[in-house]
Order: sequence, then structure tokens, then C-alpha cells
Amino acid sequence: MTEVAIRITGVSHQFGEQGDARAVRALRDTSLDISRGELICLIGPSGCGKSTLLNIMGGLLAPTTGKVEVFGKGVAGPMPRDIAFVFQENSLFPWNTVLENVELGMVFQGVPRAQREERSRRSLEAVGLKDFAHHYPAQLSGGMRQRAALARALSLETGILLMDEPFGALDEQTRMILGEDLSVLLSRTDKTIVFVTHSLGEATFLADRVAVFSARPGTVKELIAVDEPHPRKPGFVTSEKFTTIRNRLYGLLHDEIKKSMAETALTGGADK
Amino acid sequence: MRRADKEGQLATRAVQVTFLLALIGLWYLAATRWHVSPLLLPNPVPVWDDFWDILRTGEFLGDLRVTLTELAAAFAISASCGVITGYFISRSQYRIRVLEPLFAGIYSIPIILFLPLYILFFGLGPASKIALGATISFFPIALNTIAGFGYVDRVFVVAARSMGASDYQMFRYVLLPAALPIILTGMRIGFTVALLSIIGSEAIASLAGLGHRIVHLAEAMEMTRMFAYIAFVVAIAAILNTLVSSLERRAGRVR
Repeated sequence: MTEVAIRITGVSHQFGEQGDARAVRALRDTSLDISRGELICLIGPSGCGKSTLLNIMGGLLAPTTGKVEVFGKGVAGPMPRDIAFVFQENSLFPWNTVLENVELGMVFQGVPRAQREERSRRSLEAVGLKDFAHHYPAQLSGGMRQRAALARALSLETGILLMDEPFGALDEQTRMILGEDLSVLLSRTDKTIVFVTHSLGEATFLADRVAVFSARPGTVKELIAVDEPHPRKPGFVTSEKFTTIRNRLYGLLHDEIKKSMAETALTGGADK
Repeated sequence: MRRADKEGQLATRAVQVTFLLALIGLWYLAATRWHVSPLLLPNPVPVWDDFWDILRTGEFLGDLRVTLTELAAAFAISASCGVITGYFISRSQYRIRVLEPLFAGIYSIPIILFLPLYILFFGLGPASKIALGATISFFPIALNTIAGFGYVDRVFVVAARSMGASDYQMFRYVLLPAALPIILTGMRIGFTVALLSIIGSEAIASLAGLGHRIVHLAEAMEMTRMFAYIAFVVAIAAILNTLVSSLERRAGRVR
């Protein structure tokens, strides 16, 4: 029996007040257990509430109903010692160098200077950015910026990493390389990772389990296991197993996306 | 790349200097060849002599001291009040929605029209110039502070919060560095409009100061000396602007 890192019980979320015509139900009655050390991908149509669920897990958003427990403790706000985030893009502070960005999270948590230097050096090395420590984010490519954001999250040495479409704004090739690197990185740690993505390929390549969401208001429609050890080889992408799982996800998603598009057309497209 | 930049900058400077020299050349031609009355446009050569005379004798010191003291006092008031008020407003979406358009509206009216009122309240001396200069420069500083603190990219705030930043750390490491360049620009604009309004109001009604001196010379029909003083004020303004701009750049880098 593996230990549960994150337990989500009956979580629903609604943006806006009850009765308000503009209120949007983003999530309905979602329950999910995420075990320690696994990488779970959340995938679903736009606006299905997968990012909302991620923010609720991280304590950045309080659910309308239901609760989330992290390592047995109820989540009531950010838990910087247990949970680190990697956001979609441009969450690095542009006025700080890469190194300063990485160190700042540790400054917030009162990590002593000597330890900060050691930990930031290690995490920058892990993402292959040690030669760019003194560059500013604007001097880096999009892929390198996301590596730096990942280094910042790794340096916090949390048990849980929540990643909200971290490679979403990158081109396909950069995405692939970053995915491979992430898989290698993961095989060396026992971090629990929740990874929100739009990309079926990315989900299949990275995840131990994929949680497929239904259209808004979303909930976990199906859980698909990807039984393949980390680090995953580039060859996995062309394997029969990969294709089968990817096609399975495509089938599941296809109906939901159609539903979600029909609804968007009806309501004139509310944002997520 | 760097070198090309520098060469480009040099070329820009050369064009600017040429333009100014051409303007002075036209002035000279107008005064000597085109028979423009010396009462309207005195010959630049004696103006230049007077300019040096003013610098050499140091007779400008008294007026310059008055103007600069007024400017410093006005700017100190508007910068501190503007930043504090702006920060307070920026902390609430409601206050931003109500007060930002109001401030922008007031900023767009010519406040100098209220100078008679200021003189009634504060007298003909420096106090009325300080009060007016402070009022006029308050608005760009407050507005830019609101913009700086009020529209910090949400992802920065969320990222810092997720990493456990305290309120103080949020201010020190996220809000302040994000807002600083915009606030500094507001201060530079505030400084410029304070200088303009102080010299302007000195010219309208005052007891001393550079603006006062220029109008006084005009009334005495001493056009050559008046032009020399105008050149002096232009030089002072240029020096102050260069100083403030370089301070802005330097302060923007330390964050």
C-alpha cells in the first residue's frame, strides 16, 4: 500500500457568487488520491477546471466545497514547505537574475545563506543552467526560462511539485527535450508531481497516471495508468504502448472537447 | 553591436547639436541681417556677453537659491505625499476605480490658473510657489505610483505567495521592484512640472526667483540681459533634467 501524498475529497469550485448569472462552475465533486512519488497528469478540454484543481491543491484557492489533504494535513493556504509550483510562463521576476530568482524562494522561507547557495547551485545544475546563473530572464529563451522556474521549484526541496502547463508556451521540440529531462530528473527523486497539460503526447510520455477531465464543470472522468519506468527513453514515443495509450486518451478527450465546444458556442465562450 | 549602438548614438547627438546651432544661426541672421527690432530679438553676441557677465559676477545666486529652494521643498512634499497616497490607493481595486480617473482628470486641468488663490492663501513669497508646485507635481507622482503598485502582474504575486512570502517580503521583493521604474518615471515628470510651474508662477506674481528676474528685466526693457537670463534658466533646467534622468536610471538598476 503506497502512501497517499494528496487526497482530494469531493471538491467543487464555482467562480462568482451563487445566483450570479456570470458565475461559472469550474469543478464538480472531484475526488482523487495521488500517491507519494507518482507523476500524475491532469488533462482535459479548456476550462474544465484542471488548473483550478491544481490551485486548490496548492492552497492558492479555497474550494467552494470539499477538502484537500496534503500528507494528512488539511490545506488552508499555501504550504511552501511541502508544495512548490511551476507556472505556465514568465513567473520569474524580471528584475532578478536567474540565481537571485532561485534564491528568493529560499529567502522567503528563511533558509540560511550558505545553504541557499548550495541548494541553488545544485538545482541550477540539475536543469542544466549553471552557466546562466547571472543572466536575467529576458536574456534567456522560453525553454531556458522554464528550466529556471523548475530550478526555483526544485531548490525548495518540497515533497510535491505542482506544474501548471509549464511547457505550454514552448515549441514542440523544446517541449520534447524538456519532457525527457524532466523524466530523468524525476527518476532520481521521490517527488510527487501533478502536471497539468493540454498535450496528449506530453501526458503519455511523462505520467504514471493520467487523469482525464470531463467538460466544464469538470471532474475526473477516467484514470489511465502508463506502466513504464522513469526515466523514459525517447524511443518510448514510437512504441506500440505509447501509441495505444495516446489513442485511448484521444478517444476519451474527443467527446469532452466536442461537448465543451458546444457549450462555449452557446454561452459565447467564458474564459477559464 | 555595442559599437554600432555607440556610433548611432553619436550620430543622433550630432544631429541634435546641429539643429540647435542652426537655430542660433537663424537668430543671429534675424538680428543682424533681417532687421528684426532688437527690442524683440536682441543680437545673440551681446546676449552671450551678458550671459558670461551673469555667471562671472554671480549675481544670479540669490534668485537661483530662491527658485531651487522652492523646487526642493515642493518636490519633497509632492514626492512623499504622492507615493504614500498612491500606495494607499493601489491597495484596493475599489479605491483605484474611484480615485484614479479623478486624479487623472484633475491632472489634466491647468492648475496654474489657481495661482491667485494660492497667493491669497500663502502670500507673494516662496510659500505660494511651493504650494502650487507641490500640488501640480503631486498628481503625476501619485498616478504613476498607483499604476506601479496597482497593476503588478498577478503571476508574480501568486508565485511569491506560493513560495511563502510574508507581507513585508511581498512588498520588498515583489511589489516594490515591480513598481519602482514606473514610480521613478512619475517622479521625473513631477520634478519637471514642479520646475515649470514654479518658474511660471514666479513670472506671474512674486518677490524673487529666476522667473521674477526675467519678467523684471522685460518690464525694464533690458532685452539683452533678459535673454541672457532665459539662456541661464534653460541651462539650469537642462542640467537638472540630466541629473534627474541619470538618478532615475541609477535608482532603477538598484532593486
